Amino acid sequence: MIEAHQLTKRYGEKTAVDRLDFTVRPGTVTGFLGPNGAGKSTTMRMIVGLDAPTGGTVRVNGRRYAEHAAPLQEVGALLEAKSIHPGRSAFNHLMAQAHTHGIPRRRVEEVIELTGLTSVARKRAGAFSLGMGQRLGIASALLGDPATVMLDEPVNGLDPEGVLWIRNLLTGLAAEGRTVFVSSHLMSEMALVADHLIVVGRGRLLADTTVQELVRQAGGDVVKVVTADPAALRAALAGPDVEITGRAGTDELLVTGRTAREIGLAAAEQGIALFELTPRTVSLEEAFMELTRDAVEYHGTTTATAATGTGTGTGTDTDTPRSAA
Amino acid sequence: MSTVAPSPTAAPADPGPARPAYKVTAARVLRAEWAKLWSLRSTWITLGLSLLFLVAFGLIAAFQFKSRIDGGRPMDRDFAEASALRLSLFGTNFSQLSLGVLGVLVAAGEYSTGMIRSTLAAVPRRLPVLWSKAAVYGVIALLLGTAGVFATFLADSRIVAGTRAAMTLSDTGVVRGLLGAGLYLALVGVIGVALGALLRSVAGGIAVLVAALTLVPGLTQLLPSSWQDHIGPYLPSHAGEAMFALQHDGTLLSPTGGLVVFLGWTVLALAGAAVRLLRTDA
Repeated sequence: MIEAHQLTKRYGEKTAVDRLDFTVRPGTVTGFLGPNGAGKSTTMRMIVGLDAPTGGTVRVNGRRYAEHAAPLQEVGALLEAKSIHPGRSAFNHLMAQAHTHGIPRRRVEEVIELTGLTSVARKRAGAFSLGMGQRLGIASALLGDPATVMLDEPVNGLDPEGVLWIRNLLTGLAAEGRTVFVSSHLMSEMALVADHLIVVGRGRLLADTTVQELVRQAGGDVVKVVTADPAALRAALAGPDVEITGRAGTDELLVTGRTAREIGLAAAEQGIALFELTPRTVSLEEAFMELTRDAVEYHGTTTATAATGTGTGTGTDTDTPRSAA
Repeated sequence: MSTVAPSPTAAPADPGPARPAYKVTAARVLRAEWAKLWSLRSTWITLGLSLLFLVAFGLIAAFQFKSRIDGGRPMDRDFAEASALRLSLFGTNFSQLSLGVLGVLVAAGEYSTGMIRSTLAAVPRRLPVLWSKAAVYGVIALLLGTAGVFATFLADSRIVAGTRAAMTLSDTGVVRGLLGAGLYLALVGVIGVALGALLRSVAGGIAVLVAALTLVPGLTQLLPSSWQDHIGPYLPSHAGEAMFALQHDGTLLSPTGGLVVFLGWTVLALAGAAVRLLRTDA
């Protein structure tokens, strides 16, 4: 359990984290999403006390991180930057961490095996590949058998097999009742593991929601209809869960809450001519882009089209409806 | 995937009662810092060099003295006042630099590599890390320095036996001087740790350390002589020298005075490091 209350971090003029309020609950994987520079890493550093908040508080399992008798047993953290001495072997690095808490050597060997580092455990960690370094960081995070696991961009630099391994690890940890908090700037990756999402941009909380809810808010499943008689079709489709929008003066409607099939049947019953009937699914990537549009720190000129093109693949249309989030 | 379960000891869905009770204690942080120090190759190399400097330069100084005495060649001022104690401590000038540098590395090396994030995540109260680093490294430097100067003295006293520099351990001030030298080297190491933690930069820490021990004494000679007399004895290097010198003329404090002043410098450096460690984000 991680509870942030009005958490704020300022560096001089710049506000990296701006009055964040959120709770990360046990038993599920919570994704921490935001564009680069949104304040994700700073927030995570404040959770484990590496950075002191300028304002507000953040508690882990009911207390400030530093107040726990065995911090590594409360939160196991993998931070974005390498946190090892390159001259020390993986085993010695983990053993030194273990000594501070009285964690037995057996547990060190356990996490080495779990992360697949057995064959390189006695080699200098400085010679590790990016993926191996990431595995060592995860071994270190799991060392204290922590109730809360917090990983900053864990899939960075991993090959597909490693990515799959992380995904299974995260869902497994959550299934054991642990709190799992994972940051990423890749919505597509989060969509596969996270149940809950905390989205930030420019240090502000943009959304604290579930994956499904985020998609729904960003436009959800919309059907575009072009018809000869928009007014009659509106009347035919009206219902409690249905939302219909359309620009005045055109014969185009955007319908949520009805499938293309239902719309087609309703139009046929009423004898309304349809010229176009196109279902559109907003991908999570698009929902995320929509949400963080104004909060992206470093804009590239072709960001929107490029990201949509390489999205999750569930997005079938680049002409995303701009419904209110 | 079979590798999902993080540990067989963690009971699924209930990580509560079955979990072992770990706890951070001062002794465990000491143990961790001890393990960290010895698990780096640079520690062994630098400590080896420090001991080599200490013993080798002490022996070379004694051989030089002996050969000049035997050859009847003129002595420069340093050798003219030589004693077996003084000759055997010749290596401290070099050994102090390598021991101090390793001290800087022990602390600042964690910042340059990023290791500090792991260290402080494990010990978020932070100060125990500084005390443990200083204590572990201080004791190691003390043992190495003391053993080194005693061994060098015993060898040197044989080399210069029968000359006017001859001395034995039973002579007044010899044991005190040797212990003082060992303690001086240990405190230089601790100051190195403190400077490393204070400046968080290996290059910066080494620069300040070398400047304080070797450059500042030279620079004070630019000051008016009345100032020199007042400031000079309190400088780290001169206060340290007072801890192991045999003769204490007007330019040096008493051995106890030197120890107190040098301890003062050490405490000052450690206090600065502690404040920075607590106040600044890692």
